[in-house]
Amino acid sequence: MNEGPILKVSHLKTYFGSKGGLFSKGKVVKAVNDVSFEILHNETFGLVGESGCGKSTLGRTIVKINEPTSGSIEFEGRDIVKMKGAELKAFRRDLQMIFQDPYASLNSRMTVGEIIREPMEIHGLYNSTKERDQKVSELLETVGLKPDHIRRYPHEFSGGQRQRICIARTLALNPKFIICDEPISALDVSIQAQIINLLQRIQKERQISYLFIAHDLGIVKHISHRIGVMYLGSLVEVGESNSLYREPMHPYTKALLSAIPIPDPRVERSKAAVEISGELPSPLDLPSGCAFRTRCPFASERCAKETPQLRQVGDRQVACFLYEK
Amino acid sequence: MNLKEYNKEMLTREMFQPLDKSEQNSEFIAMETKSFARDAWIRFKRNKLALLGLIFLGIVVVLAIFVPIFSPYTYEQMDMTALNANPSLAHPMGTDRFGRDILVRVMYGARISLSVGFSSAAISLCIGIMYGGIAGYVGGKTDMLMMRIVDIIYSIPSMLYVILVMLIFGSNIWSILIGICISSWIGMARLVRAQVMSLKEQEFALAAYVLGASTKRILFKHLIINCIGPIIVNLTLMVPSAIFTEAFLSFVGIGISAPAASWGTLANEARGLVETYPIQIIWPVAAICLTMLSLNFIGDGVGEALDPKKK
Ligand SMILES: Nc1ncnc2c1ncn2[C@@H]1O[C@H](COP(=O)(O)OP(=O)(O)OP(=O)(O)O)[C@@H](O)[C@H]1O
Ligand SMILES: [Mg+2]
Repeated sequence: MNEGPILKVSHLKTYFGSKGGLFSKGKVVKAVNDVSFEILHNETFGLVGESGCGKSTLGRTIVKINEPTSGSIEFEGRDIVKMKGAELKAFRRDLQMIFQDPYASLNSRMTVGEIIREPMEIHGLYNSTKERDQKVSELLETVGLKPDHIRRYPHEFSGGQRQRICIARTLALNPKFIICDEPISALDVSIQAQIINLLQRIQKERQISYLFIAHDLGIVKHISHRIGVMYLGSLVEVGESNSLYREPMHPYTKALLSAIPIPDPRVERSKAAVEISGELPSPLDLPSGCAFRTRCPFASERCAKETPQLRQVGDRQVACFLYEK
Repeated sequence: MNLKEYNKEMLTREMFQPLDKSEQNSEFIAMETKSFARDAWIRFKRNKLALLGLIFLGIVVVLAIFVPIFSPYTYEQMDMTALNANPSLAHPMGTDRFGRDILVRVMYGARISLSVGFSSAAISLCIGIMYGGIAGYVGGKTDMLMMRIVDIIYSIPSMLYVILVMLIFGSNIWSILIGICISSWIGMARLVRAQVMSLKEQEFALAAYVLGASTKRILFKHLIINCIGPIIVNLTLMVPSAIFTEAFLSFVGIGISAPAASWGTLANEARGLVETYPIQIIWPVAAICLTMLSLNFIGDGVGEALDPKKK
């Protein structure tokens, strides 16, 4: 297989904001604030963080729904930030996205067949409608639906089935990389496991890399090889999934983990629980220095003055002064 | 998995077990597929007034097409032996003061009124969808500029446009049509713009964008098709308002002029005889009223049928 990462994000910033009106100074939401990470071929990278910390914005910036303010995104060595026209269209075949709300992400005026056929039509895959329909049936089977669902409308399906349709739609392009933006958080717990299984099976069969976004560490741990923890627009810790779960280093990761109820009482809580106090600061008005310092029990003076950078500590990358001499 | 575990709302390793093929297909649907249009038609039929309106309008359309073809009279043919005749077998609605057959004239009027109504609605639909769709989808400065232009056009009363166009091109059906269309598309454009603006942020539109769909495809296949309900409702209200404008202008004497006969012209001509032959004014007025009423009932019915939540 290819060497090197499939996706390399460096110093990515995505800000939203008004330029400011006649009477107000422009406020800027730093939804993604200097994020760097890499995802390898055939790897699942989990991204967790509280609601509003910029996970979706990060995913959407990578698929070019949102314009990055600065930084670079390289897909298989090619910078995609500047990509346009035919090149961009070709790139779309490799990088796809599954959205959070399966009820909103299907056009209710199209049949399942039309929905799954559409990407093939856009990219001119296969020669005839008949061939495409044949492919649609195969895809439906791949995601665990029946080929005769092809003429039905999305409103006739349950959330889990709709998410399967969404998955089939992205698979129609045979992508190398799929961004899953909380693909299961809108579903029943029992259905969640099925969708996770499906995604994992597809990964095995087709060698796909995932950026898997969730706000719940429990789910992410199961599916991910590595995990990135995000807080207010920045990555605070990146590490191999089991190791990060067993031994969290950043105070925020510790807090996130201690918030999860332990499913099995025989498993001992690995680390002393960390309580976070206080409210999530407004993204319009980030604290100086480390964004987490206002809620961090270990915050020192230095945290207010300098912004900690993500740096290698053992098997991990952590952005915290506790791990710097 | 027992209920207690389930209630914890937690995913544990034990829950992730490979499914076999039969289990994967376990979610299936038994209900009959119903397309959206058929669903809407069933709901529309339940509304008796709307259905009545549709039937009446259908009859008017059929009569407007066929009566002038099969009638022995033309709309300007005078019969000096039967001036101001009462309804009879020869003249079902009687004749006017020049001995012209009122039935034929009313049906000619229907042709004019309905064509003005439907063509102006069709033209407004096309312009409004294009203009509003582009403004809403592109957004930003383009949208700002396009909407300010719309505001300017809208700031002048629509009646004024019609009168101005008629001053230039003469009093005929084309001038009225152009005059009405200058401003009638604005409501449609505003509506489509607002709808497109909110729909384009929805995930299905974003998904189409990420799939690589062209702007044209996203706009027409995904966004506009999803606001078809409000568009049709708006359309059903546009038709009567155009008909009314034409009838009003003709009635006050600046619309379509004699011997051509629109409903407004007919009412205007019969006005002078209202004391001696009141029946002559009843026909065109009844035609206008009933047509407007049916169109409004149809509009209500369509609105309800397309949006079942709104009652
Ligand atoms: N189009 C936009 N315009 C302005 N602000 C935005 C926009 N999109 C997102 N934001 C802001 O950016 C921040 C991050 O939002 P984002 O949706 O990325 O969070 P998230 O981590 O995905 O949250 P959730 O878990 O709720 O999905 C939020 O404060 C949000 O209000
Ligand atoms: Mg999100």
